Amino acid sequence: MNKGISFTQAFFTLLKRDLKIAIRHKGDIFNPLLFFILVVTLFPLGIGPEPQVLTRVAPGIIWVAALLASMLSLERLFKADFADGSLEQMLLSPQPLSLMVLAKVLAHWLLTGVPLILVAPLLAVLLHLEANSYGALMATLALGTPVLSLLGAIGVALTVGLRKGGVLLSLLILPLYIPVLIFATSAIDAAGLNLPYSGHLAIIGAMLVGSLILAPFAIGASLRVSTN
Amino acid sequence: MVEEKTATTLVSADNLTCIREERILFDELSFDIQAGEIVQIEGPNGAGKTSLLRILAGLSRPYAGEAKYKGTDITRCRDEYNDDLLYLGHLAGVKSELTAEENLNFNLRISGYDDFETNQILAKVNLSGFEEALAGHLSAGQHRRTALARLWHTNCKVWLLDEPFTAIDKKGVEELEHLFLQHAQNGGCVIMTTHQDMSIIGDDILRKIRLDYRFI
Amino acid sequence: MWKWLHSYADPQKAYNLSGRLLPWFATLAIGFIGVGSIWGLLFAPVDYQQGDSYRIIFIHVPAASMSMSAYMAMATSAFIGLVWQIKSADWAAAAIAPIGAVVTFIALITGAAWGKPMWGTWWVWDARLTSELVLLFLYLGVISLYASFEDKVLAARAAGILAIVGVINIPIIKYSVEWWNSLHQPATIKITEKSSMAPEMLYPLLINIFGFGLMIGAITLIRFRAEILARNGMRPWVRELAQAEGVK
Repeated sequence: MNKGISFTQAFFTLLKRDLKIAIRHKGDIFNPLLFFILVVTLFPLGIGPEPQVLTRVAPGIIWVAALLASMLSLERLFKADFADGSLEQMLLSPQPLSLMVLAKVLAHWLLTGVPLILVAPLLAVLLHLEANSYGALMATLALGTPVLSLLGAIGVALTVGLRKGGVLLSLLILPLYIPVLIFATSAIDAAGLNLPYSGHLAIIGAMLVGSLILAPFAIGASLRVSTN
Repeated sequence: MVEEKTATTLVSADNLTCIREERILFDELSFDIQAGEIVQIEGPNGAGKTSLLRILAGLSRPYAGEAKYKGTDITRCRDEYNDDLLYLGHLAGVKSELTAEENLNFNLRISGYDDFETNQILAKVNLSGFEEALAGHLSAGQHRRTALARLWHTNCKVWLLDEPFTAIDKKGVEELEHLFLQHAQNGGCVIMTTHQDMSIIGDDILRKIRLDYRFI
Repeated sequence: MWKWLHSYADPQKAYNLSGRLLPWFATLAIGFIGVGSIWGLLFAPVDYQQGDSYRIIFIHVPAASMSMSAYMAMATSAFIGLVWQIKSADWAAAAIAPIGAVVTFIALITGAAWGKPMWGTWWVWDARLTSELVLLFLYLGVISLYASFEDKVLAARAAGILAIVGVINIPIIKYSVEWWNSLHQPATIKITEKSSMAPEMLYPLLINIFGFGLMIGAITLIRFRAEILARNGMRPWVRELAQAEGVK
């Protein structure tokens, strides 16, 4: 018997398994996306259809809806694994826990973050976003949604063992989302005014790198508490 | 003599105390488990058998005391210990969206093995012909066997099994008992909880650790 | 150093030590806050721009500055608990959280009350007020996470992890809120800088800041002792203590 699996292979084994399960369970992919679209369509109904008003608030609406959709979809990140004992096996496997956690978050982002990024320009059309803001919108979503997944996963890992996690989860992670929201929306605003926004992107990028390095440890430690 | 003891002691409990919801399950529990031993943790429901197994596996942290692997606190040698530990809780870690074969394949790969034939291993737990069936469609016993299949392809010395015989038929239990004996002879140890009687592993071989229900 | 710390990891020793410290903290806190408040509210000169309404700073500024310090103390305690696996440190962190939340709330309320005469409105999205509001949410997250676990040993560990995650994020949140504020509002609204303050106003303020710190320390000690007793109710030494106090 030969233990010849490298860390990379273990990472991709877990990534592939999660993707496979999600594809057999399509609701998990589509429900957060539908939620995202629905929330965005509610705003024009709530504040009126004037294009100038919508243009002004479009970046904020899209990003707030993205925060909420990300949080909602994350809730299921560790639930199934917790319920069927796979999480325990993951904690006891000889592979580094941070790596396993990262694979799970990546799988989750591929399944919920990427579709959200792809559908965002369509919603931006509905909200009359400035024509020159589209690049910034896509760039901030591409850099920002992984940060949301990583930070949110900490909150999910802390609450996975609790019966009533939902509302608590929002209290735990939404405050942590504030910096991403601020920099992403002002990047889009800046782009709308034809101002440079690479600085904003650099800051969101720095948040991404920081959370890529630190969040897996926090998630791992939280999972150890939750499975206790 | 002392040296020989430390050389063969695989798992030990050192003054373990476990408190759950303000109730003491066990207090200052100590024992050593040597290579070659088959240990049954027995006691009534709620006495803390599962809690003890989870502490020994490193999933739960004891309130006080240490669980040790080869004389070292398991929180200090987690990588080494996880490499030598096979834990099966009563939740088996089998995904109902995946087939029996995919489940086994995943479980073995994540444990680090890359040289196995899932068909051969599944045949050993009488799951031939069910390789492609989704685990969610299998019976309770087959579901359990999917998880137990890992025991046939492992070089871990320490086996911690929580109710391994649940939903397994008589013949399956006998096969598992044979496997445990073989594992013990090869220098491993088995620590399990079960309420079922075993037919092959006699009381002369089986070591029992008793936990009693405590009211305070 | 760590040996010294470890000896106080034992709940009974931590209980006794905090019992010895408590009277000092309590007496000094009452003394400092008494002197600072009486001096500040009755004897400090009237501000030539704001009149008497500025006097709320003798409550507002100590509360605001201590709200952040309490969070730091909570996170430090949680960090010690996480790294050295000292349960008493986890409990100390859990004991600080509600006090910190109350102090933050006081800072927000007094800030809003001060905003009314100054800005003509109860609430403006001022950078400091907004950061303080987010800080309150962070505290509430820690408190409700702690409350959600039935097993309080686990609860304290989980809340500790959240406190540490929060403390890493606080500077980022604070910086981004300040930046956001400067972007969206011209700098017409600015709280008068403390450095230009007359010493007759500054001294009572500093005394009160110090007093608030001591008061938080004292209340933390009380809550910490209660927490230790609650978590160790089945231990012989707690039972002996209860008998000595004449309970049952």
